[in-house]
Amino acid sequence: MEKNNLYKYIIRLADNALILGQRLSENCSKGPFLEEDLAQTNIALDYIGRAQVLFNYAAKLNNNNQTEDDLAYRRDEIDYLNFLLVEQANQDFAYIIARQFYYSAFDCLLYNELTKSKDETLASIAKKSIKESNYHLTHTIDWVIRLGNGTDESKHRLQNAIDALWTYTGEMFEQDEIDLNLSKNNIAPNALDFKANWLNTISTTLKNATLKLPENSFMMFGGRNGKHTENLGHILSEMQYLQRAYPNATW
Amino acid sequence: MSLTSNATLETFQERIDQGEYIEPKDVFPDEYRKHLIRQMSQHAHSEVIGMQPEGNWITRAPSLRAKQILLAKIQDEGGHGLYLYSAAETLGISRSEMINQLQTGKAKYSSIFNYPTLNWADIGAIGWLVDGAAIVNQVSLQRTSYGPYSRAMVRICKEESFHQRQGYEIMTKMMRGTNEQQKMAQDAMNRWWWPSLMMFGPHDSNSPNSGNAFKWKIKRESNDVLRQKFIDKTIPQALLIGLTIPDKDYKLNEKTGHYEIGKINWEEFNNVINGNGPCNKQRINHHIKYHNEGAWVREAALAYSKKQK
Repeated sequence: MEKNNLYKYIIRLADNALILGQRLSENCSKGPFLEEDLAQTNIALDYIGRAQVLFNYAAKLNNNNQTEDDLAYRRDEIDYLNFLLVEQANQDFAYIIARQFYYSAFDCLLYNELTKSKDETLASIAKKSIKESNYHLTHTIDWVIRLGNGTDESKHRLQNAIDALWTYTGEMFEQDEIDLNLSKNNIAPNALDFKANWLNTISTTLKNATLKLPENSFMMFGGRNGKHTENLGHILSEMQYLQRAYPNATW
Repeated sequence: MSLTSNATLETFQERIDQGEYIEPKDVFPDEYRKHLIRQMSQHAHSEVIGMQPEGNWITRAPSLRAKQILLAKIQDEGGHGLYLYSAAETLGISRSEMINQLQTGKAKYSSIFNYPTLNWADIGAIGWLVDGAAIVNQVSLQRTSYGPYSRAMVRICKEESFHQRQGYEIMTKMMRGTNEQQKMAQDAMNRWWWPSLMMFGPHDSNSPNSGNAFKWKIKRESNDVLRQKFIDKTIPQALLIGLTIPDKDYKLNEKTGHYEIGKINWEEFNNVINGNGPCNKQRINHHIKYHNEGAWVREAALAYSKKQK
């Protein structure tokens, strides 16, 4: 039972990294200027690398000869357990930044706690990841401040994106039996413990960016249990194409 | 600085002849500057436009490892674009001017990127053949006479050899794989082989502009010499993994030890150079579209940095 909980928890972490990495990688050669194009590709690369390590661990826990690529590429939509937030589309640069801002502020706090996990593998993965997470957050906060204090257009666009994606942030703090069980055993934190901290990063940054904290309190849930937005099916049909079309091939 | 008195020109040529590097603050002829700007900006644009055909497969890369390698490779290409833009800026042209020249068709990029990437093996073929051809040229350019260009080439060559190896690894894996994978690999070989050979440019007998380039040691080896190096290196690699060379006339000349090939279709080459390749319009339109879509971001960054002063 405990092993099942850990497996599912790792899959959730891995899917967040995979799907956000996939989304960011769609932007390659589409950045507003070359340096930022490379920065986004670099963040995508960090997430895909993290997903690989996590899937590798999940596959070992499952012990049924599945590989990291089987887990990344061969599951059905309903079996992906990422947050709805990370599958949201790259509408424009403001959406990319807003999505990254909400997620990275969470991701830094989460992985910082995971470095203390009683599960040694998870703790060591977190120790490697946290440096990247910190860089992603710093880079993103710089953009939130720049766009908020830039031009009327940049301010307007970012506020729109901040407002539109807010509804997907509640899910990051949802705690079910898996989370509670793992936090009881000091394997993973209870995300509610650092929710105030997250909100503080968000509201302080938005204030510095002269942007408003969204007021809408309605939150969307489902991704963590395989109930997704229409986005994910399209992401997967593209991502899984070769693995699904040629199931006997190795690449 | 570009002075053109006879005495200065003679000193410049003497320095070149003695194998010295020319640095941005040195005195050199305006034609030397123009030639370098044309060549270096074209080289930078090629790196940047080259991100598109490879980027076309990132979201469909068939394994986590392949996706990471491809992302890292494209990141390298963009980084090469940055070094080269910076190196060209030492000649007194700004990056935005260069981008404008690219988008208005005044500056060119390597025609090879006007071909489409149609199956996953194309990613292998680009690394193995296209980067393989580029390396042969770039190794030679490490000794080019302009210091900043030469130093950029040294850095770039280190990364390109990794690109070439990963491309060949993809081709090898696919040739060892299923029938469908072998078919994809051969298809990629058929489509990329001849355009890769064309990357070296026209035959020496038909290459009117290389006079000064040789005299000034910007170019160190001729198109045909470089092309032959590539052919001799690549044909055995292709045969080793079971690929067919899409050239019924190619043969090994036992006397010279060199491979001889059939006729290159220069009509196709000229067509692609003149804007009629499969993807010319697509590549430039993509660059313009995302450059324009990013305008508000660049304006915001600029407005913000002004406010901080």
